[in-house]
Amino acid sequence: MKTLGQLAIGAAAKVVEVTGVDDVAIRLMEMGLVPGTAVRLVGQAPLGDPLELELRGYRLSVRRTEADRIAVTSP
Amino acid sequence: MNAPVARQSWSIALVGNPNTGKSTLFTALSGIHQQTGNYPGVTVEKKLGHFDHAGKRLVLVDLPGTYSLAPRSPDEMLAVDLLLGRRDDAEQPQAVLCVVDAANLERNLYLVSQVLELGLPTVIALNMMDLAEQRGVVVDVPRLEQQLGVKVVPVQGHKRVGLDALKHALAAAVEQSGVTPPSPFPEPFQRELATLQTAFKADRKLGDAPRYLVERLLLDTSGYLEDSLLVDGSAALRESVKQARGRLGAIDGCQVPAVEPISRYRWIDGVVSGVVRRPSERRETSGDRLDRWLTHWFTGSLTFLALMFVMFQAVFEWAGPLMDLIDGGTGAVGEWLGSMLPEGALRSLVVDGIVAGVGGVIIFLPQIMILFGFVAVLEECGYMARAAYLMDKLMTKVGLSGKSFIPMLSSFACAIPGIMATRVIENRRDRLTTILVAPLMSCSARLPVYVLLIAAFIPDTHYAGGVIGLQGVTMLAMYLVGVVAAVIVAFALKRTLLRGPTPPFVLELPSYKWPSVQLVVSRMIDRGWAFVKNAGTLIVAVSVIVWAALYFPQNTEALRAPFVAQLEPLEQKLPTLKEGTPEHQAVVDELAEIETRIKGAQRRQSILGRAGRAIEPVFRPLGWDWRITCAAIASFPAREVIVATLGILYDLGDELDVGNEEDRTRLGTALASATWDGTDRPVFNTPVALSIMVFFALCAQCASTLAVIRRETNSWGWPVFTFVYMTVLAYVASLVTYQVGMAIGGG
Repeated sequence: MKTLGQLAIGAAAKVVEVTGVDDVAIRLMEMGLVPGTAVRLVGQAPLGDPLELELRGYRLSVRRTEADRIAVTSP
Repeated sequence: MNAPVARQSWSIALVGNPNTGKSTLFTALSGIHQQTGNYPGVTVEKKLGHFDHAGKRLVLVDLPGTYSLAPRSPDEMLAVDLLLGRRDDAEQPQAVLCVVDAANLERNLYLVSQVLELGLPTVIALNMMDLAEQRGVVVDVPRLEQQLGVKVVPVQGHKRVGLDALKHALAAAVEQSGVTPPSPFPEPFQRELATLQTAFKADRKLGDAPRYLVERLLLDTSGYLEDSLLVDGSAALRESVKQARGRLGAIDGCQVPAVEPISRYRWIDGVVSGVVRRPSERRETSGDRLDRWLTHWFTGSLTFLALMFVMFQAVFEWAGPLMDLIDGGTGAVGEWLGSMLPEGALRSLVVDGIVAGVGGVIIFLPQIMILFGFVAVLEECGYMARAAYLMDKLMTKVGLSGKSFIPMLSSFACAIPGIMATRVIENRRDRLTTILVAPLMSCSARLPVYVLLIAAFIPDTHYAGGVIGLQGVTMLAMYLVGVVAAVIVAFALKRTLLRGPTPPFVLELPSYKWPSVQLVVSRMIDRGWAFVKNAGTLIVAVSVIVWAALYFPQNTEALRAPFVAQLEPLEQKLPTLKEGTPEHQAVVDELAEIETRIKGAQRRQSILGRAGRAIEPVFRPLGWDWRITCAAIASFPAREVIVATLGILYDLGDELDVGNEEDRTRLGTALASATWDGTDRPVFNTPVALSIMVFFALCAQCASTLAVIRRETNSWGWPVFTFVYMTVLAYVASLVTYQVGMAIGGG
């Protein structure tokens, strides 16, 4: 399955699951990345990391390592 | 909850996500009635404000902005403890005001769903309705009220729209009794929760074990809550929590901890359906177009560099005239007070100890206030998050995150505002690391030391056709020494003392908005006052101690004796000469020089002078004589003091002005001709000058910085640690500099 970090810039997807039970996973879910949420990869920082996402009507920035823990499917 | 009889003031907790305009609303509601302080044991700032409405005094308790009330550290626990009335130093609030961003309702409702479960009367301030409109988001307020079961008041904090309605709702809410809403969690989870709650109540360890706290215990897999709440003897309770998690793990959709976000967002989806209408594609606003420019790899980086340059220049340069003004003002006040007091210890204490100490505190105000003006504007308009986004990759190389960049950069001007700016870093280890390395950045107070020693001891040679000057290279090297040391220390700290998992970089990039002038001004004043109040007293105390060490013992007569033979004929000659003639001036100058020498002799035998001589052997390997040692100790309150102290100890008087080319040359010449006591071997050569500069680049000779670290970390341990590690680092580096310098060429 694809991860959020593997999306092309501008692509939209749907969250399938966030792997892990640690602080990072909880934080990502608290920010709204729960299964079923529509998300779009808006862009990346000048040095290629972190990434800028759009979900639930707002913009969120996460690092690639975090984005790779989010499994997604096409919307 | 307390009985409302005879109550004159009611307390309301202010909660909300970051970037919801919570601070703006707090400022708009309480105006000038604000006060800040510290909660004991944590680094969270205590912020109170109040306003009167309908004959009631309503006190706002501003809690730190957060996305979730899920404590995993003492700082995060503070909000939960306060809301549940579990702190001894604050009563349980009678109501909660929760600020939410109307344009971003779904994610904001996550915190709302947690707050509602606390069972306190709650009012929702639906902020930024204007931005929501721009985005085409429509919120049906009456239906939202119905869904949530609490009062919802649309407001625009920065335009002061809706404030009266909000005050009215709050004044009503404090008289109501709270209702605990139905739990958003699935059936099996609720059952486990009820069982645990009964077990905890029986144990009586947690007071009446409020539902929210037991819920948190069950959900917190980090172990923090178990360790802080279930202290010894609760092994059975720990076991029952563990078993409950095990049972829930086997049920689909009930796994701890994912069950919380999944259940709450399911509840949110239910609340917003039919209440919020949002265009399927986010409508592009002018802010979004600006964001594309500001986060673009080229235009974004360029804008960032330009902004940082302006900010750095402002703190470095704009503060200059103001600092000179303060410096002149303190000098004038000192002189005026001095003229009113009789010559003696009291006058010296007032002028050289207290006034100089107070001056040493307020001299930092321009830099602090200018930096915080910038930081407040950048934070309020939403750019701060972009700056962290742009710089994150670079900062991860030293184990920090993008949020550490601005505090570090500002520390090049002055570490004090830099350290105060670390509040934007929510991870405790990252914040501490940044605080501990920030003083290694070469601040403006080191500049006079570099300027003086470079001008006196580094040859003015040029390379590459005159483009590269050796003096400039040396100056750059001093700045680099600090940066390299900071990188190494940060790297080492993150692997030893402050080791821990890499904190997630999950950062909201908020919509751009105009900053509120009132908030920016209030932030500047607030930061300035916090510094004066908390760090100020300590700095004045240290100044007075150093003054006393340089002043006592006072053996004026004995010290004067050897000079009497020289003084007397001059004093007799003076009245015979006409004022304004060169002869008269020559005698005046000669007298002044002798006085300076007497003063020098006094300093030599003062407590500090003796201390300097006693520990000279310690610093001899760095190439220092007792005078340099002494000046280094005396400069503990502030680095720049070393220049004046060296001036006194080398008999040049204490009126040296480093900004003055001529004075600089005089001191430079005096230093160059100084010899080791009792020999004609010169004290100063290039390696010695370099060793002093390296020492000052790395040492913690700044009482203000240490006082601010104490305040920001709320402990004495960290400032002591900073002083020790920086002094050791400075000693070793300057030892290596001197020894290597001598080995490859000496003077």
